[in-house]
Amino acid sequence: MIESEPNSQNEQAIRTDPAVAPDRAGHSRRVFLFKLSLLLNAAVGTVLAVPILGYLIGPALKKGSKDDSWINLGPIGNFPEGETRLANFRNPVTTPWDGQTGDIPCWVRHIAGNDFQVFAINCAHLGCPVRWFAQSKLFLCPCHGGAYYEDGSRASGPPERGLFEYAHRIVGGSLMIRAGKMPTLAARNCAQPPLTQILPSTSTSATALDTGKDSTARSL
Amino acid sequence: MAGLKQRAVDVYNWFERRLGLGAPAIEAAEHEVPSSTSSWFYVFGSAATVILILQVVTGILLALVYAPTASHAWTSLEFLDHNVRLGWYLRALHGWGSDFMVAIVLIHMVQVFLFGAYKFPRELTWIVGVLLLLLTLGMAFTGQVLRFDQDAYWGLGIGASILSRVPLIGGSLVDLMLGGPIIAGPTLSRFFALHVFIIPGALLALVGLHLLMVLRLGINEWPMPGRLVNKKTYVQEYHRLTEKTGIAFVPDAAWKDAVFAAAIVLAIMACAFWFGPFGPTGQPDPTIIETAPKPDFAFLWIYAVLAYLPPSLETPVMFIAPILAICAMLLLPLLFGEGEKHWSRRPVAVLMVAVIAVTLGAFTRLGMYTPWSPVMNAWTSDPIPEEDLNDRTPLEREGALVLQNKQCRNCHSIGGVGGMRGPALDSVASRMTEDQIIRQVLQGGGNMPAYGNALNPSETTALVDFLLTLRGGNLTPAIDASRKIALTSEHIPSKERAKSDGP
Repeated sequence: MIESEPNSQNEQAIRTDPAVAPDRAGHSRRVFLFKLSLLLNAAVGTVLAVPILGYLIGPALKKGSKDDSWINLGPIGNFPEGETRLANFRNPVTTPWDGQTGDIPCWVRHIAGNDFQVFAINCAHLGCPVRWFAQSKLFLCPCHGGAYYEDGSRASGPPERGLFEYAHRIVGGSLMIRAGKMPTLAARNCAQPPLTQILPSTSTSATALDTGKDSTARSL
Repeated sequence: MAGLKQRAVDVYNWFERRLGLGAPAIEAAEHEVPSSTSSWFYVFGSAATVILILQVVTGILLALVYAPTASHAWTSLEFLDHNVRLGWYLRALHGWGSDFMVAIVLIHMVQVFLFGAYKFPRELTWIVGVLLLLLTLGMAFTGQVLRFDQDAYWGLGIGASILSRVPLIGGSLVDLMLGGPIIAGPTLSRFFALHVFIIPGALLALVGLHLLMVLRLGINEWPMPGRLVNKKTYVQEYHRLTEKTGIAFVPDAAWKDAVFAAAIVLAIMACAFWFGPFGPTGQPDPTIIETAPKPDFAFLWIYAVLAYLPPSLETPVMFIAPILAICAMLLLPLLFGEGEKHWSRRPVAVLMVAVIAVTLGAFTRLGMYTPWSPVMNAWTSDPIPEEDLNDRTPLEREGALVLQNKQCRNCHSIGGVGGMRGPALDSVASRMTEDQIIRQVLQGGGNMPAYGNALNPSETTALVDFLLTLRGGNLTPAIDASRKIALTSEHIPSKERAKSDGP
């Protein structure tokens, strides 16, 4: 099957074929054509890059407000006055394969009457889940020890600011919050210390004002 | 027999005639290296390559079962651990392989640094090596994410929160990282692509480049004090050394690499067998908030640094320090490409390695027991030591209850049990006077929240009374020295003032 093979004779033949001998004019023409082909590929590549880049940075191009919508947390009777309770909601934007990760918790503080505060679960430091301790009236973070008072303002530890707060309103005896995006320091309005709404107050001017009052009225 | 051998040679020749890979490969394997490089100090690079191959193989095997979707990743890991024959062992091999990989790569880097191997003409080999280190750490982090458990979920949250602090484009970066508005399905898919395609692709390509340069430029000779690197003469000197003391890399020098690689793989196998796979911890359900997320070993030091940075410095340090560190590593061979190679004449280099090693070690150790984190269940699980309750008044014992109920012990320890965020309270009354304790409890300060809103006056009185009994056995109670001076220097010490001096 395998025997010693003779040296290729084709190579020799090609080398001595006068028709393939290079000539100067032909060479310069071919160099020009090659450069032209490079240009052509650059152009095609650029056009090809547009949809690829668009696909890649797509998630960053989406405007954040589209991710947020009003979510029902249930009747306000579920949240006794003077208490802070954990509530869960299904994120408005999910994929069918999100599983449990589409369920988002938040802390609901029923101050009195129709006065509520709804805090994100994520610590304002690095996003770990804060836990409410009713006896000492503190939110504590297990990661780096950030601590917040019952109104969400910063108590101690590494966070630069208070807890993130969802805009909320009460519709037909149910507590609604505006959520949908993981709260981080890059969320809008984050520059206002210590308590801020994640969203601009346009849609919920009343609640935003209320919480603003709360934070300024807080005394140690 | 002879015919069979001839036949094998013929087959080899048939392929060799078409591929032409055998001759250069044999030549590369047998190339001469200075005999001084046949050393147990020179075995770490090849060991890292062997672990990389192990990781690729075990990784592909895990991918046969793993389901890279947010809803099923965790379940598929449990399935691997319990329902697939030897699935747990493959997971353990891959996990321990990752820890060994990071360790060996770091040791390799320290060795190369201390032996001056990054100097001319091997600057680019070092630079590619730095990129390989970053890619290795990238593999470690993305791998932790694929172990899609509570730690992975909240670890992604930490990553997103860090990115969100980037000025101007922070929000967009978070969106890019998560692939959607929250940590969910698209996020895991992204990290799967990173861990399985993008980073390994880059890693393998750069490892090829790295090895190619090692072959092309020769293995760094054993450094001698006083033998300086000079760009004009180095290559000639190296060739002279190779001619004079050269031995074939395979087999004369490579046997040590092979032995060490085998030992390391054996160590990984042993660790995997005895300690088993990592996690997965709880399922990635964000509504289960009773969790204390922690990163894997290689990133514990970062976790610790983030706990200790003052808030005002945190964001700048987070972004400027890594850039400076990476730039310093990349520029090192370009700035110090000549001169002394031997560690005994490079005190600054040795000191740097020592300081960096001790710093990383200390922060990693801190990351292992997280003294800054409140112990979330200390208030319900840890009793007050008996000796602190004996011979106490009812009010003082009531204070002990307040201390327990108000979760003081989540941050303060008594009798060595409890949180370490605040100071231990065993001898608090020998450090602080009654007034100081009251002020500290009600107003907070330092790292302590104010409890003025969480305590009513009688609770405060009881708590402070109890705290005043905590004098570390029987130390002298703290006194306000200025108070006495103020009183004695008064011309007319009134009776009321003497009363208010207190205990």
